Amino acid sequence: MGCGATVAEMAEASSDAARIAAEARDRVRFEEEALALADQVYSVARHLAGAREEAEDLVQETYARAFRSWRSFQPGTNLRAWLLRILTNLNIDRGRRQQRAPQMQPLEANDYFLYDKLAHDDGGATDEDRVVERLSQDDIVSALSAVPHDFRDVIVLVDLGDFSYQDAAQILDIPIGTVMSRLHRGRRILKRELAESVAEDVR
Amino acid sequence: MTEIHDDPCAHCEEMMQPYLDHILSDEEMREAEMHLDECDWCRRRYRFEESLRRYVRQAANQPMPAELKLKLAALRIPLE
Repeated sequence: MGCGATVAEMAEASSDAARIAAEARDRVRFEEEALALADQVYSVARHLAGAREEAEDLVQETYARAFRSWRSFQPGTNLRAWLLRILTNLNIDRGRRQQRAPQMQPLEANDYFLYDKLAHDDGGATDEDRVVERLSQDDIVSALSAVPHDFRDVIVLVDLGDFSYQDAAQILDIPIGTVMSRLHRGRRILKRELAESVAEDVR
Repeated sequence: MTEIHDDPCAHCEEMMQPYLDHILSDEEMREAEMHLDECDWCRRRYRFEESLRRYVRQAANQPMPAELKLKLAALRIPLE
């Protein structure tokens, strides 16, 4: 440009500066919104990954990637789902999900069995909340971790993370029908694990 | 296309998950509620399932370690 910058060149330079400032503002807002969701992202990661350290690594990698590629996020869409999509992909890339072909153990034929078991052991307690409280937090966390990955992912997203079937399908990149069947089966497996943990406590 | 169910409680049990997920049609919903109105046995099991879902969600909620929060904030790309 030298010393003879034209009016047009100066106008272009200042509009560049304005564009850069606007982009910086958008980026800062994106980062703040993403960080505000960190607790929820961590909670999901904690159940998707096996161990706590793994969950922490996964969340850090997710945020590092999100901050680098923030431009590919479409404002107005679901940021939490976008972050978890990254997290799920990283989790798969890590090769932790080699075990395809989920085990096909026969499941309890009915859905009432956990209640029947807990209420029966309790001498027929009538308050459903009290029956539930026979399960400890540890029982629940370990039962959840005993559910095979494919089923657990769906439970974690839909039942714990409050995602719709549609969002879960997008995050995991599977058809919505698969989300529904895995959810159905996963919940049964979870209840079976819970029933077993109660049986062990009693022993 | 109405199926015939000889055991209304078994049918109600099949409806429980979709009922709690709010994905039943209006007609199926009415059908389930009609049965629940008159069947204490199923009603209890539905209520249990609802509290179980709530309880699992609470128990599974894991607070994020404070250092991790700081580490994430440090990953932000500094402004030039």
